[in-house]
Order: sequence, then C-alpha cells, then structure tokens
Amino acid sequence: MITKLNHVSVFVLDQDSAYDFYVNKLGFNVHTDAAMGPGMRWLTVCPPEQPDLEISLMAINAGMMFNEESAAQMRALVSAGTFGFGVFECKDLQASYEELKAKGVEFTKEPTREFYGYEALFKDDSGNWFSLGEAKTS
Amino acid sequence: MHHSSKVYLYRRVLNAKLFIEQNYAANINLNEISGEAFFSKFHFLRIFTSAYGKTPHQYLTAVRIAQAKLLLQTTMPVAEVCFAVGFDSISTFTTLFKRLTGQTPALYQQTQAERQRQLKATPLKFIPNCFAQKNGWVNNRNFQ
Repeated sequence: MITKLNHVSVFVLDQDSAYDFYVNKLGFNVHTDAAMGPGMRWLTVCPPEQPDLEISLMAINAGMMFNEESAAQMRALVSAGTFGFGVFECKDLQASYEELKAKGVEFTKEPTREFYGYEALFKDDSGNWFSLGEAKTS
Repeated sequence: MHHSSKVYLYRRVLNAKLFIEQNYAANINLNEISGEAFFSKFHFLRIFTSAYGKTPHQYLTAVRIAQAKLLLQTTMPVAEVCFAVGFDSISTFTTLFKRLTGQTPALYQQTQAERQRQLKATPLKFIPNCFAQKNGWVNNRNFQ
C-alpha cells in the first residue's frame, strides 16, 4: 500500500535562480543542497508546513538524463510554460497573492472564485506554472 | 467589504509582515508593527492572524527562530546567534527555540554540523536511488 508522496521533481532552467525563486520569493525551506561534481547539484526544497515533501529542482542539462537534443527541447518546453506541476495551498489567497506579487512573482491569473474553489495561477522563474488555492475551512 | 478597500487592508497588513521580516533583528514591538499598518490594533491583529495563521508576535518569533536556524548551520556561537536575530536573553531564546524546534540551539547546531559533514562525505545517502541513477551518480565511489 502506497502511503505518501515524499519527492517530486520540477525541471528548472537554472538552479541558482530557482533557489532564489523558491526560497526567497515563495518562502520555501531548503531541505538538501549537495554538490554532486562539476556542474551538478542535488537541490530540494519544502513548503514551510510540509517538511517531508521534497521538491527536487532538477537542472535540465545534457548528460545522463537528457542528450543535447532532448535537453534543448525540454528547455524550450519549460520556457514556453508547457508544464503545470501542481497546486499549492495557502491560508488566505488574497494576502498571499499581494505578498508574492510584491516580491516579483508573475501571476497569469488573479485570485478568482471558480466553481471548484478560489484560485490564482503563477509561474516560477523557469516558466513552470502552479495553481495557488485557499485552504477550505469546512 | 468592497474589493478595493479589502485590497487596501491586505496591502497594509502585508507591509506589516514585510516590516517584521526586514526588522526582526531590532527591538520592535507590536505597537510599532500595527503602527506600520495605520489602523486600529484590534482590526490589524484580526486580519494579520487570519491572513498568516499567526499573531504578529508569533510571526516575529517564528521569523527570528527561522533565521537562528540558518545561522546555527554555520559556526557562529549560540550567544551571538541569539542577539543577531533580535533576542535580548539567551534563556528566552533557548526556551523558544526548543519549544518550536524540539531541540536546544546547541544540539541543533551539532546535529546540523554532522548532517553537513555526512552530506559532503556521502551525499548518496540523501538522494533517492532512482534520481541518483538517472543522473549517473551511483557509480561514483566518492559519493557513497
């Protein structure tokens, strides 16, 4: 029986820039930051209230995972905003929206009441998009 | 509440939150914080707590402890960390730190130093095998 998800990957264009975005703008905590040889780094972050879910910020580099061609294709797809990676939750969407916008986060949808909930959409510094929803109180 | 006045209030509360984040190391108090928001203390407290899930005082403490955790990942002495993040008493700092993290600052610093040592010596212990394999790290004996 699968009991929980503890790692998820987000492919990013630049790990230094992603670190700044996820830590200094979104307010996530660094879980593990390990140098793995020249130009390689294992970097994971966690949402502040979910320390056991590591989001691995994976650099798109040609190497074992991607060849030159597929790395270039992947970078183009990420930059174009092809991938939506998930739904984050906050206590108060309007407050979080104002704060993240003030910190320079780009929103593609302002807080909007939809039939399924109250949500906004934002992009990370690479182009990956996320939904941000307000936790339901009942 | 009208949307524009709601946005106005949220921006004021946000300014107070950012004020805490920028001035946590100073001797700030709640009056200064609500003063930054330019409306009544009661109203300020209600909106702040609703938006961020913590009172301003709890949030200030949380920011100070979070910053202390970062500094304790270096070799800075505990007493220096205490004052650097805005506490004026080591016993208050130690009590709050232990309450929020489950460890004393000294033990947290030792634990983190050991974790950093292991991270450098054997990074593969911290990486799920599937990711390490995909990146070609598993065959490097330096990482094991």
